[in-house]
Amino acid sequence: MSKAIPHGDIGRPASVVTEGSRVRWLLIGTAIAFLALFLVLPLVTVFVQAFAKGWEAYLAAFTEQDAHAAIRLTLIVAAIAVPFNVVFGIMASWAIAKFEFAGKNLLVTLIDLPFSVSPVVSGLIYVLVFGAQGLIGPWLIEHDIQIIFAVPGIVLATIFVTFPFVARQLIPLMQEQGTAEEEAALTLGASGWHAFRTVTLPNIRWGLLYSVLLCNARAMGEFGAVSVVSGHIRGLTNTLPLHVEILYNEYNFVASFAVASLLAGLALVTLAVKSGLEWRYSADIAAGARGH
Amino acid sequence: MSDDTFSQTGTSPKAGFARRTPGSARPKSVAALCLIGCLAAMPMATTALAQTELLNVSYDPTRELYKDINAAFVADWKAKTGETVVVRAAHGGSGSQARTVIDGIPADVVTLGIPSDIDAIARLSKKIAPDWRTKLPNQGLPYTSTVVFLVRKGNPKGVKDWGDLVKPDIKVITPNPKTSAGGRWNFLAAWGYAYEKEGKDADKANAFVGQVYKNVPVLDTGARGSTVTFAQRGLGDVLPTWENEAYLVFDEFGRDKFDVVVPPTSIYAEPPVALVDANVDKKGTRKQAEAYLQFLYSDAAQAIFAKHHYRPLKREAARPEDLAQLPDLKLFKIEDLQGNWDDIQKKNFDNGGLFDQLSKAGR
Repeated sequence: MSKAIPHGDIGRPASVVTEGSRVRWLLIGTAIAFLALFLVLPLVTVFVQAFAKGWEAYLAAFTEQDAHAAIRLTLIVAAIAVPFNVVFGIMASWAIAKFEFAGKNLLVTLIDLPFSVSPVVSGLIYVLVFGAQGLIGPWLIEHDIQIIFAVPGIVLATIFVTFPFVARQLIPLMQEQGTAEEEAALTLGASGWHAFRTVTLPNIRWGLLYSVLLCNARAMGEFGAVSVVSGHIRGLTNTLPLHVEILYNEYNFVASFAVASLLAGLALVTLAVKSGLEWRYSADIAAGARGH
Repeated sequence: MSDDTFSQTGTSPKAGFARRTPGSARPKSVAALCLIGCLAAMPMATTALAQTELLNVSYDPTRELYKDINAAFVADWKAKTGETVVVRAAHGGSGSQARTVIDGIPADVVTLGIPSDIDAIARLSKKIAPDWRTKLPNQGLPYTSTVVFLVRKGNPKGVKDWGDLVKPDIKVITPNPKTSAGGRWNFLAAWGYAYEKEGKDADKANAFVGQVYKNVPVLDTGARGSTVTFAQRGLGDVLPTWENEAYLVFDEFGRDKFDVVVPPTSIYAEPPVALVDANVDKKGTRKQAEAYLQFLYSDAAQAIFAKHHYRPLKREAARPEDLAQLPDLKLFKIEDLQGNWDDIQKKNFDNGGLFDQLSKAGR
């Protein structure tokens, strides 16, 4: 994030800081101590605990069948939820940024909804709609369709929770870019689809990649909503975060932290790639980030 | 979910990249990746499973128990019929597990912590016959248990009996009786103790239980959560818990950190099992699911119960050294003090029941 800030502030005088150096160091020191205590230390603990009994115990956590199933399910869920949200996010932000229509603000608000709803509620609404006692539960049972406590329910909950990531990133980016380039393409005889593919998409590619990254990290890491709809059936409906909890509750602390380290590793890779993207394409991305 | 469908998701995006000429617009491959990933993943969600699978929805502390039982049943069934079954398990607070069955988890059998949770499934979802108690021997109880105390090594607070739980300097760790069967047994055990002691005065027993819960700093949703709170996070002085759970802590954390205190009297805890009729008929697994429940009454399963510190129905099937670990104490049945299970549940744990009244008064 820090890399993106200088770009937005270009043109500002070099130093407007009036505080003395002692105050400055005190502030910086406090911030660093805070981060170390609440972010770095827990993260390090995860890895320390994971390797508490050596490499072999660490690797043993991943040879278990239930762990394989959890990894597989997490990948499947992300493989469905992320593309869905990419397609939806591009469509929504295209519509919102390039066109004027009634109810536009309402649509933007609705897209933001999952950010403000507690994940537990996100899970419960699906139980209330698709559960056996739910709104369309009896119909589903009649037609032998299992949604809650099965993969479709987990995918739905994940899609709901990760809904805003792509759209929220692309809407401000597209708004900033305006419609001039597309209009030029259309004037030159390109079809709408052609203009979208050759003009709009290349313009938003870095912002898109950036949002896909964040969306994916959340999709793989979601706990609350998924926990409500999963039913916790071992080897069938447990995702990685749920598997971590189960192992912890079975006093299998090394395995629990080993699997947690996988998720922490995913977070670190996401962070690294994200910072890399911000560093190289800060102009594109900052336009999106400023819209928040 | 076979491995080859899985590898599809893994390789096809790469193929999508390879087809692009270098330097051409990247977003195209991103879109292709998404589309292919979507298509490849779709069939996986709907893949029907060919082999027979049983799902046992169970309560919190039975994780280790049913790992052993399930392996033994799978081997036994294979030897008897040649058929390979897979038994899956889901664990959580007994009350929340009942809720997932009501909400539609396709459980073939339920093995819960307290009879009223199975009654709730029967009443609210009609998936279990209301007379489930009569379908299996001993009211559907292949084993029973009781509540004992786990304390810190050397018992520094000198906890000996239920009466000690209301001392002002004692912190008691127990799960929430609303969601956990173990929590309800603890609640009822404390109530029964006071009821007998106070000359069968229900009001005094209610007040005693209220005092106990004033000493409870954390209410976890399941028995296992409370155990982790007590043993791993080091909170509290005493953990009234399932006998089996207390001994499991011994095995997992070592006997040098904790002591088990067996009170002179405790409750006869009844964790029953039942077939989920509607689900097995729909899935066509009645034969295997019934065999699974019958297997719980076999000598092999009874020995496994005793090994995991549950009290087996057939003591003669268990190893003597396992039985020696189950101490003799005076056990009372809550039905003898409070009547049938509908009443027990309603009076104590339903909305507005004794537990709610006590928590309100305690605030």
